[in-house]
Amino acid sequence: MDLQTIWFALVAVLWIGYFVLDGFDLGAGALLPVIGKTEAEKRVVINTLGPLWDGNEVWLLTAGGATFAAFPLWYATMFSGYYLALFLVLVALIIRGVSFEYRGKRDSAKWRRNFDILIVVGSFLPALLFGVAFGNITGGSKIAPLEGLNPADAGSINYVGNFFDLLNPFALVMGLMTLTVFMTHGAIFIALKTDGEIRERARKVATKIGIVAAVFAVASLLWAQTVSGRVAITLPLVLVGAVVWLAALGMNLKGREGWAFTLSSVTIGLAVAALFIGMYPNVMPSSIDAAYNLTVSNASSQSYTLTIMTIVALVMTPIVLIYQGWTYWVFRKRLSAAVIPAVKVNAEGVTTY
Amino acid sequence: MGALDLARWQFAITTVYHFLFVPLTLGTVWLVAGFQLAWARTGKVKYLKLTKFYGKLFLINFAMGVVTGIVQEFQFGMNWSNYSRFVGDVFGAPLAMEALLAFFLESTFLGMWIFGWDRLPKKIHTASIVLAAAGTTFSAYFILAANAFMQHPVGYELSQTTGRAVMTDIGAVLFQNTAYIAFLHTISASFVVSGAGVAAVAAYHLAKGHQPDVYRAAIKAGAWVTLVGALVVSISGDSDMKIMVQQQPMKVAAAEALYETASPAPFSVLSIGDISGQQATDIIEVPGLLSFLATGSFDGTVEGINNLQASLEQQYGPGNYSPYVPVEYWGFRLMIGLGLIAALWALWALWRFRGDRQPKAGGFFGFTAKWITLLPLLGISAGWIFTEMGRQPWIVYGLQKTADGVSPTNGALEVWITMVGFTLLYAALAVVEVFLLLKYAKAGAPEEVHEDPYGDAKSGSDKQLYFAY
Repeated sequence: MDLQTIWFALVAVLWIGYFVLDGFDLGAGALLPVIGKTEAEKRVVINTLGPLWDGNEVWLLTAGGATFAAFPLWYATMFSGYYLALFLVLVALIIRGVSFEYRGKRDSAKWRRNFDILIVVGSFLPALLFGVAFGNITGGSKIAPLEGLNPADAGSINYVGNFFDLLNPFALVMGLMTLTVFMTHGAIFIALKTDGEIRERARKVATKIGIVAAVFAVASLLWAQTVSGRVAITLPLVLVGAVVWLAALGMNLKGREGWAFTLSSVTIGLAVAALFIGMYPNVMPSSIDAAYNLTVSNASSQSYTLTIMTIVALVMTPIVLIYQGWTYWVFRKRLSAAVIPAVKVNAEGVTTY
Repeated sequence: MGALDLARWQFAITTVYHFLFVPLTLGTVWLVAGFQLAWARTGKVKYLKLTKFYGKLFLINFAMGVVTGIVQEFQFGMNWSNYSRFVGDVFGAPLAMEALLAFFLESTFLGMWIFGWDRLPKKIHTASIVLAAAGTTFSAYFILAANAFMQHPVGYELSQTTGRAVMTDIGAVLFQNTAYIAFLHTISASFVVSGAGVAAVAAYHLAKGHQPDVYRAAIKAGAWVTLVGALVVSISGDSDMKIMVQQQPMKVAAAEALYETASPAPFSVLSIGDISGQQATDIIEVPGLLSFLATGSFDGTVEGINNLQASLEQQYGPGNYSPYVPVEYWGFRLMIGLGLIAALWALWALWRFRGDRQPKAGGFFGFTAKWITLLPLLGISAGWIFTEMGRQPWIVYGLQKTADGVSPTNGALEVWITMVGFTLLYAALAVVEVFLLLKYAKAGAPEEVHEDPYGDAKSGSDKQLYFAY
């Protein structure tokens, strides 16, 4: 395999890592008031995600940084092109991140309720918009060389559509898929990490949304086969993914949440893999003319940079996986409303929990 | 304003804002780690109290640094896509390394530290804050190496076919003197800010008579960190000046509003007159000092703006190669002056609290303590505004002009939307964060702490968590 293909695969792996990990905390954040009925239960959800969400989000930053280093023209065209959509994602991630940290910093029901709303909105929007973005990436977006630039140089290729072009039917169905899949994945994670009433509720929520997610996932991923360049590989991946998803829902129903979470993670991995394999060797196909496609060859860095980054990635990724995996082990214990300490407020009105 | 000016404003607003939280993070995390290490070694409960107290303030600040940092990772692509295309082969590498080597380390181990009190053995919990601190410091190195490439591009060649920069030497990119001097300068300046912050909060509580033994340790630690930081700032700043006069002589000339080449060149202390014209007027100056700072010799030659403009036109073609002189001149002075005041204040604090002295911490000293943290924080901002605006009109010095780096397809309306959006969001967050910081700073260190929370979680599954959000 050439370096460009290796990096295409690595970028896909980073997105799988991001969607599997931040996928569950985005989904759980969006379902905060649905799964957490009481204040103690909401705090169970937040404390389940608390030690993990920031590390999960780094997968997004790494996917962004890796795309910049390995495929600068992809990075430049995608983020300048999907401008307002990315702006909404960033705003959402900002308000969500501070909300996790600041929600409990003041003993006031109104304060907490406001931050709950921000957590829901800040989780819901990215869960939806990442699917919309991948619908546009894989389905093709309006990219073309700008006038006055050398069309033979891929550096001339820019996004020439507008914000509303991004909201096409395929992309929207993809968005509904990621939203519902992440919600299901998040509910399964909460069920896996909690005990008592909240665990039961999370499992029921996972079943309900999981069925809706199955419908959106099958619809959007079968639709994606019409733009897949490798149906012989990607269609089986999608079909296996569908079976694995149903198995995940089944395990969830039986209360085997560990298996359910593993299987829903596998489904996410298979779906992302199918989308990337279907698009290869394009990194950003053009819906205007296939001659304008950004590909692993014309959008990539040169071999020196790719070699350096390959060494760094091969050394660092396993180390990161080990210590991040260890975090999940350290925080493996199930939480319940009973183990959440009561809010203590000192004389200055500062919460000390 | 057109899309270019708006994109520049947006970068300035989001980056200056982000960098209000970063210096406080970079230094405070090490101070908190230091308090926890001191507690681990000595077992003195005052250090545990300080770990918890400053740890909480640190986290309130850190959250803002994290979320505003997400924007930084993506806005090169959003607003500066032609820049990203041009330098991505070189510039992307340190950014990706920053994510892989630094961001994972800092976020994972900080999560362990915040929630791990009753889940981890004491040593590993203490190691977590040290590793998180190391992560923040690595992060600073990589991003400053990336910035150094914009200030002084090395380790690259321009592609024959595309004209874009292609990396040829990662060692040169990561370890050129521009990078490691900027790192030393920025990290030490961050310690000046953080030390002042820690000392100032301690001074507030000492003035109120709260837990004097606890806060005495904090004011001394903070003041020493500020003082030593300031020493490293001035040494690295001196090296930086000598590098700058080689690499970006125009920035040095603009910093001094030195229009005509001079040997020896005087150092301008204050300018009362108009410095934006072709000639500086009414300058209080120290003869020969600029020559010494820039070249190491009191009669060395320092080139002036007018001469540099002429030679840069010859080299790069017609155009204005002078940055906006008033910002450069005053940015440079604010940076040095405000940093110096912080160092003097730290010296004053150490003198007052020397030995076992228990002076009154109120009065004029108490008044200055309330404001002291802001001065080096503004100083560090002024320094970055100086160094980034001083590079103009270049986005990558000598290779690409800022005007050529902007995204070609985003119109003014789109950039207005994101700029107003980010600005309003950041303003609202600033209100919340300052409110929380003041509230928690005033509340002070806990009177009672659970001295040995470690391993609690193992003793029974129904046991309440030691710490929860």
